Amino acid sequence: MVAQNIGFAIIAIIMVIGALRVVTTSNVVHAALWLVVVLAGAAAQYILLAAEFVAITQVLVYIGAVMVLFLFGTMLTRSRIGRDSGLNNSYAKLGIPVAVVLFVAMALALSKSFGTEKLPSDGSLVTTQQISDQIFGPYLLPFWALSFVLLAAVIGAIVLARKD
Amino acid sequence: MIASSEVMNELSSGWFLEHAWLIPIIPAIGFAIIILFGKKLPMKGSEIGLISMLSSLALAGGAAMQWISRVNSGTEEQFIAPVVRTWNWWQIGGMKFTIGQSIDGLSVIVLVVVAFISTLVQLYSTEYLKGDRRYTHFFAALTLFSAGMLAMVVAEDTILFLLGWEIMGLCSFMLIGHWWEDGANSRAALKAFFTVRTGDMGLLIGISMLYFASNEWTTKELGVSGFSIRGISAWALSGEPNSRVILIAAIALFIAAIGKSGQFPLHTWLPDAMAGPTPVSSLLHSSTMVVAGVFLVSRLYPVFFTGFHILGSGGNFITIIGGITIVIAAALAFVQNDIKKVLAYSTVSQLGYMMLGLGAGAWMPAVFHIFTHAFFKACLFLGAGSISHSASHHSFDMKKDMGGLRKVMPITFTTWVISTLALCGVFPFSGFFSKDEIIDNVGHNGYQLFMIIGLIGAFMTAAYMTRATYLTFFGEARGASAGIHHDEHHDAHASAHDAHDSHDAHDAHATDHADQGPHESGWRITLPLVLLAILALGSGFLNAVPFGEKWERITKWVEPRHSEFAPELHHAPFTWSKAGLSLAIVFIGIALSWGISTMLYTRKDKRLVGLSERNRVLRAGYNLLINKYFLDVLYEKVIVKAIAGPIAAAAYWFNQNILDGILHAVARFSRVFSGWVYRNIDQRVVDGTVNNSGKATKGAGGVLAPVQSGKVSQYGALLFSAAAVAALVLVIINS
Amino acid sequence: MLVNQFLFLAALLFCIGVYGVIARKNAVLVLMSIELILNAVNLNFVAFALRNGNADGHTFALYIIAIAAAEVGVGLGLVLLIFRNRRTISLDDLSEMKG
Repeated sequence: MVAQNIGFAIIAIIMVIGALRVVTTSNVVHAALWLVVVLAGAAAQYILLAAEFVAITQVLVYIGAVMVLFLFGTMLTRSRIGRDSGLNNSYAKLGIPVAVVLFVAMALALSKSFGTEKLPSDGSLVTTQQISDQIFGPYLLPFWALSFVLLAAVIGAIVLARKD
Repeated sequence: MIASSEVMNELSSGWFLEHAWLIPIIPAIGFAIIILFGKKLPMKGSEIGLISMLSSLALAGGAAMQWISRVNSGTEEQFIAPVVRTWNWWQIGGMKFTIGQSIDGLSVIVLVVVAFISTLVQLYSTEYLKGDRRYTHFFAALTLFSAGMLAMVVAEDTILFLLGWEIMGLCSFMLIGHWWEDGANSRAALKAFFTVRTGDMGLLIGISMLYFASNEWTTKELGVSGFSIRGISAWALSGEPNSRVILIAAIALFIAAIGKSGQFPLHTWLPDAMAGPTPVSSLLHSSTMVVAGVFLVSRLYPVFFTGFHILGSGGNFITIIGGITIVIAAALAFVQNDIKKVLAYSTVSQLGYMMLGLGAGAWMPAVFHIFTHAFFKACLFLGAGSISHSASHHSFDMKKDMGGLRKVMPITFTTWVISTLALCGVFPFSGFFSKDEIIDNVGHNGYQLFMIIGLIGAFMTAAYMTRATYLTFFGEARGASAGIHHDEHHDAHASAHDAHDSHDAHDAHATDHADQGPHESGWRITLPLVLLAILALGSGFLNAVPFGEKWERITKWVEPRHSEFAPELHHAPFTWSKAGLSLAIVFIGIALSWGISTMLYTRKDKRLVGLSERNRVLRAGYNLLINKYFLDVLYEKVIVKAIAGPIAAAAYWFNQNILDGILHAVARFSRVFSGWVYRNIDQRVVDGTVNNSGKATKGAGGVLAPVQSGKVSQYGALLFSAAAVAALVLVIINS
Repeated sequence: MLVNQFLFLAALLFCIGVYGVIARKNAVLVLMSIELILNAVNLNFVAFALRNGNADGHTFALYIIAIAAAEVGVGLGLVLLIFRNRRTISLDDLSEMKG
């Protein structure tokens, strides 16, 4: 248990630092690479939470596919690779109080609702088979909808991005 | 493991064999150091590359010595078990993935070759790329490439194999596109990457199929997973597998080998890959990386052996592809004016020999050909680089910028000739011992047709290499070799064909030799050439079949003896009459080509010059060759368009008919509906109210107008701050 | 491990993402911040799945990952289109909605 907590703390710190760098760095490519750190950290947290399949999917889809999309987007839109001071807009300062207020609100709600409740330490591993039973059982309809959304997104992206 | 009943000697092992996994690790660490700190080091990172390759070479050499003593510690008939060490890598839902090394004769021989040639190429590059603007990155990629290849070679399981395979693909991409500012180079890099990826799908499919087909059997019988190469080999030979499953898996794996080893019809990327710097062409695209496909086939040989019924038929998928590749690539080499492209097609053709040998059950000659080919082909490529570096003003065009170089570049010339003779298979150079063995064994195993193809290929090889040698070193000096500077030819060339000719003119490099005539290169270039030429001359004697069994050392050390892990293969008895036939064919090729070259290029014989334009049949053939059988057109224009076009068209149709139809229907309905609303509700009920409130709204609008700035981020900020405040209010109320 | 340690981490990530969405001008960076927000939500789902001892949370996390992939695809398509028409992806320059 102690080892898990230490692991959690280390990963969480890395994730928070990474996330802060994503929103503060003045280099688009660096932001993308810091985002990789956060996403990988999230995958590690999933493993701590005994969600191996989600972790693997996270790595494959996010770190594999989505990040490549981001890097392509960065390249194709020729955002200057390198330092770029003009990445923040004039409302950047407004963001800080908003984020702080939101966090305070959530923190209050969370500590009130869950307090020091512990996660079950003997929680049985959720197998990939259970997840597939869920997807192709009770949650089949959302799965269908999702498939259509993906199809529409693929077609939409082609229609948007093609040249003529 | 199933214990054999016969008496077995205890096999010796040793530190180097047990720690062979260090061999790929060292260059991997070297890569990390170069990429992180390379630019700050005194030699810009090249020293780290050299040191890591030298230590890998030392370890590989140690492993080779200990492997030999391991072989000697067993009996004649005993299967020499590989030195296996595995570690748990990761585990998911009951599936366990291990990582580890499995060192046997095949790994050892390839390890030594790769480490040795990598070291020489790194040394060569320190001179060849001096002053290049991405010098450090070049060495980083070169070192990572070696790490990938070595990892693939030591791999115990197909997963690590795949990892090494993909690292090589990545490095190949980076190195071909090293001078990416030139559009042609980055196109060539992309082409290589995508073509090889097409084949890589096969590797992924093959590995997965083999895992699911064999896992149960291997776990039960050997206690290893279905990713273990040993397990798969034993499974394939056990008579257990369904013949259709193993056939499909073998085809899938062979498609990967086709892509990586530049076999027909995916060979088109390899000649274009010559856009990379010459050391890259030498290391990756001739002697080591492209043999990864051949290595895959020889590593998982039992799968192919069972899947394709090798030895049981007069022709199979592998031999057909190999045979076609030998001939078509050799034919293409005749019409190239670019010295590196001649060598590239020659590589494709020689890889065809290796495939043919493997497909026809000549495992050992094919693996031996990997060994010898690496030396002489690396030497030829480095020789071509030496010419362009020191004599032809960074041009690779044999017709325009070379000729008569034998006097000014004696070392390059001598090493080139030795390697050419080795490539042609002239006795007693190394190529004779490997290539002739392949042809001989192919015939012996019942593949008569393919033996004839092999002989035709030998004839063509001799002829095109003679042509290239003649154009480069004999005749009169032309263009840059004669000291003429014509910078415009770079541009003319770039548009003329796939254009990599102009790539060397970079940075300080271009001015470096600008005012010197042709001269011999420095020691860092000639030393590798000489070492490689010595090996091209002598390495054949390590497995000199003609001199009797005592000379067949590599066969003894490398070939796995028949057992549950290795199929039973026979060797053709050597006869001088057969060897004499192929030697005669080679000499006829050399003589014929020499005669025609002299008449055509030096004496400008009227009957030959322009013959391909006068004669219709020859012209058609020439056009077919110069357009590379129109395969590029097929891939780029037809296949890519056929796939990309319909998708775009379908999307457009969907857009026009379905989406627009829905929108129109909705619009029509809402018009009717709103008309009704307008007449009945709006006019009578709302208007009166609105008229009064209008004034109030107008006043409020004036106040709020600045908020509607049209800027998304401002809207976002407002939205989130409203949400934040609302959330805080809710929390406070509820507490 | 507490339930709350994961939920607090998720909340923190969420707020950082919100800050990014508000503060960033470059459209690609805004999309990245949205990814942070989505990941925070996913972390919550998976944490609750372990707390409740069933796989519902995992299923929804997977759905969200898929949706996020679609969102990035379309989003970057839009960004590309904007860039092609306007030669900029600075959101400050896009003010056609000005009232």
